[in-house]
Amino acid sequence: MRFWRILACVVLLSVVSVSLAANWLAPAGYAKQYREAAGAPPSHEHWLGTDEIGRDRFARVLYGTRISLLLAPAAALLSTLMAALVGGLAGYLGGAWSRGAMAVTDLFLSLPWLFLLITVRALMPLNVSPLVSVLVTFLMLGLLGWTSAARVLCSTAGSLRESDFVRQARASGIPGVRLFWVHVLPNLKPVLYAQFWISIPAFILSEANLGILGLGVAEPMPSWGSLLKELEGLVSVGEEPWKFVPLILLVVVVTSFQFVLSKQDEVAA
Amino acid sequence: MVTQFKKTIVVAMLCLGSFIGSAVAQGELRFCLRSEPKTFDPLKVEDDASAAIRYLTGGVLVRMNRQTQALEPELAQSWKVSKDGKQITFKLRSGISFSDGTPFSAEDVAYTVQQLMDPALHSPTGDSFRSGPGNVETKIISPTQILITFPAPVAGLDRQFDQVAMLSAHSAKKEMAVLGPFVVADYKAGSTLLLKRNPNYWKTDAQGRHLPYLDSIKLDIQPNRDVEMLRFKRGEIDLINSLDSEYFDKLATTSPQLVHDAGASLDSEQMWFNEVAKAPLPGYKKNWFRSAVFRRAISQAINRDDLSRVVFRGHAQPAVGPVSPANKFWFNAKLKPEAYSPEAALKALQGDGFRFENGALKDKEGNPVVFSIITNSGNKYRERMATMIQEDLQKIGIHVNVVTLDFPSLIERMTQSYDYEAILLGLTNVGLDPNEQMNVWLSSSENHQWNPSEKTPETAWEAQIDTLMRAQASATDAKKRKESFDRVQEIAVEQAPFLYLVNRNALSAVAATVQGASPVILVPQTYWNAERLTVK
Amino acid sequence: MQRQNMLARKIARHVLTVAATVLLGGFLSATLLRLAPGFDVDEEQLDPRLNSESVQALRQERLEQHNIFRFYFHSLQRAAHGDLGTSISLGQPVSTLLRERAPLTLRLVGIGLLLSWAVAMALALSAAWLRITAYDALTTAISGTFLCIPAAVLALLSVLWNVPGALAVGLIVFPRVYRYSRNLLAKAYSLPHIITARAKGLSELRILFWHVVPVAGPQLLAVAGVSVSIAVGAAIPVEALCGLAGVGQLAWQAALARDLPLLMNITILVTLVTLLANSGADVIGHMLRGQEA
Repeated sequence: MRFWRILACVVLLSVVSVSLAANWLAPAGYAKQYREAAGAPPSHEHWLGTDEIGRDRFARVLYGTRISLLLAPAAALLSTLMAALVGGLAGYLGGAWSRGAMAVTDLFLSLPWLFLLITVRALMPLNVSPLVSVLVTFLMLGLLGWTSAARVLCSTAGSLRESDFVRQARASGIPGVRLFWVHVLPNLKPVLYAQFWISIPAFILSEANLGILGLGVAEPMPSWGSLLKELEGLVSVGEEPWKFVPLILLVVVVTSFQFVLSKQDEVAA
Repeated sequence: MVTQFKKTIVVAMLCLGSFIGSAVAQGELRFCLRSEPKTFDPLKVEDDASAAIRYLTGGVLVRMNRQTQALEPELAQSWKVSKDGKQITFKLRSGISFSDGTPFSAEDVAYTVQQLMDPALHSPTGDSFRSGPGNVETKIISPTQILITFPAPVAGLDRQFDQVAMLSAHSAKKEMAVLGPFVVADYKAGSTLLLKRNPNYWKTDAQGRHLPYLDSIKLDIQPNRDVEMLRFKRGEIDLINSLDSEYFDKLATTSPQLVHDAGASLDSEQMWFNEVAKAPLPGYKKNWFRSAVFRRAISQAINRDDLSRVVFRGHAQPAVGPVSPANKFWFNAKLKPEAYSPEAALKALQGDGFRFENGALKDKEGNPVVFSIITNSGNKYRERMATMIQEDLQKIGIHVNVVTLDFPSLIERMTQSYDYEAILLGLTNVGLDPNEQMNVWLSSSENHQWNPSEKTPETAWEAQIDTLMRAQASATDAKKRKESFDRVQEIAVEQAPFLYLVNRNALSAVAATVQGASPVILVPQTYWNAERLTVK
Repeated sequence: MQRQNMLARKIARHVLTVAATVLLGGFLSATLLRLAPGFDVDEEQLDPRLNSESVQALRQERLEQHNIFRFYFHSLQRAAHGDLGTSISLGQPVSTLLRERAPLTLRLVGIGLLLSWAVAMALALSAAWLRITAYDALTTAISGTFLCIPAAVLALLSVLWNVPGALAVGLIVFPRVYRYSRNLLAKAYSLPHIITARAKGLSELRILFWHVVPVAGPQLLAVAGVSVSIAVGAAIPVEALCGLAGVGQLAWQAALARDLPLLMNITILVTLVTLLANSGADVIGHMLRGQEA
């Protein structure tokens, strides 16, 4: 597994480096429209072809990587921390706290948050910068995306609360906060890592879908999510396999994240 | 034996006679509706899906031939419009029944018109006839003759009846008893709608065979165009209306005989600026948007040829004004599309006090020219057009933010909060008559999009348009109406309240198994002659 | 007897919690919709043929829903008599719409969940049992791939390849179930009693099914409860794109049309399903742990 972890780190670092070098690798930028070559296949000038209005797809993948690779893990981290706080604490405290927190969590799972997001967009000025728009989007995703993991964490923390070592620690007088922080929370890592890993692609894809509400990345700025939306034109995409490159890149990055996080998952020999 | 022989001949001739008089069974036509029909009541139709059902099932007094654009008799064998445009007399065909056998007569026409003009019925069909206050009067002269009197002249009165499907005054089935070629046989909400041949349909072809030729029409509810295209390629549906440009091109390379480009449609894509005085915008932006010089300069800076070529792959034409060139009679042929010239645009803006500094345009107070264009999400053409306009305007130093919103949020900004700067949307014209656009041009109207519900016209040119539109609405002479509306078009181009971008072509696809199809630009495009189509 | 009383109290508490949460969910969803922009408008009012009076009349149609408290109160009153109101966008009784469409969604979600759990558990259990790095990498890559494919694309692929929509739902849910299960099983494997079990000579298969899975059981049940709401969410794009007339398609139409009566009732239904699934998982989990809820 060590080999895979190192390979994953190398892959992630390479992707990050290449995206940071976008200004040199694609100096024309992601917005320039080569209108005479709209929808063109890969060529010497455009390694991944151009999109429907002639923008270089390779440049857009590079620049889009910056947005998605930076913000999606940040949002995933936020949702994981919130899940840990709500679910972990609720399970640890038990009783009415747990019941109440889980009822709230179930409510969160069921509500149509679409309308909250529409309201958030309405409160933002129309001329907000694309960067602020995407920051707000990922922030909202982070704040709303914790519910599934919270439930599982509550159940896990509930089991831990009654485990022998926690009882012993409690009996030996360790205060509640330290008990939770030092003894319970580390044992929640398998679920926390799972939540983090699942959230990254989920948020990248959600960001693109939130474009219908006016959130997310605004034109002409690209993101992986907006590039992946090209795959929805299935009738033509089979004949244009280069459109799968953002998907392959996302799979590689997400899988690499998992290998990097896998140290804690290793089964005792 | 001779008697037996005679009997056989008689029976054989009867069978032959019934065969000739009967319909020729010719299969099932299948296509998709892009949304759920909201109503089967033909008088309440507001959405495209319901309009499609009405077209296929409704019997009308007169029908505009979608190909020739001439008005043809249907349930009415003749009609006469009075000189003042307030009265119309219909002479109906006799011996016609609704799909449930209930006889059709002038009483049903009177009933339908009274229902249509009920003030509580707020529908586009009814409002098209409401040219002035007062009640409509119907006088049944005989079972096959009726006189209808409107309180005020109705422009293009006879043509309006193309949209009015007759209801039965007596049938227990209410709006489900129809006079058209097909009748609703089965409806699975969210899934499919099955129309079957109306056994009592009155029309026959030149050889005396009963119409329609088709046994049935199966309509699947499918909002997604990618799936619709997939199903067409697999042979699961027989035609596609309003085919996307890229799918048109893909089909054209493999099966060119299946696709049809009928030329420029009546629809236009356009952009406008917010000129509402009470809009929550900074004062300097309001000054920009209310300046005709500014609007025309923006118009000059937009490359319409590129929009047509890139976004619509050549299946669109730069738009000139509120009327598409496809509307041959009403289009003002003297008008030409705005020529693309960023240099001229910049010069005009500089003449209006703007300054171009370090690649950015600023107004006379030093405010950088930055504004947003909102459009409805999910419409890839508009999203692409907005992005291309963003780059076009960047060349003259204007920074544009493109914002796509869900449609209700966009409508709310447009009609209630007025919290927007520029909007990119389209106008769908169902018919040819400019009277349909009355509520867009009248300054007091809710749909006077750049500045709705003005108490009095805020500019001289809007007052002029009000006068001209009212004049054409009350005139009965087509030539006088055209003169008035030509001038409206000229003012629209001079003042540019709308920046007309492109007129899309009417693209469609029809499977080879469908015989008799002849796609046109007018809705419903491919199945306008559904009663004469057959499927092998 | 005491145990029975405790159980009865537990069930009663759960029922009350579910009822209160469902009612609150309905109210909150109605409030969110009411406060969101675009509530008061209708696409139809943009029709240029409509005159001012008609446009005003269209706006007045939603007047009854302006006061959300009054609207909700009246809705509950009507619901007590079996009347769930009428859909604004479709013009049909909400109860009829839900009754007609719920079976399809139940089937879609049910089969999708079964498929997702079957695949996820097969991969997670085999990965946990075999503990071969390459195999683990492969299963991670497979689940990672499906996690990265947009739900809309999976739905469209199901149309393209003519496979049931339930498979698309299953493929959307399975990576999430797999990842949680895989990590929980791996964690259970790391506990000290497993070393003891191995030292005592128990077979790996026996260790897995008798000492690992039961330990992770309560958490896996929690994942099962959560997977129900993930599957219900996945049903929306699948139904919308595959043209399946289910509750998911209805929910999407209702959201776009700001159809308050319809969306509120759908939210209540979804909240009920979510709560029942999660509460059921909780109760069984507690029973397995032998603890009080």
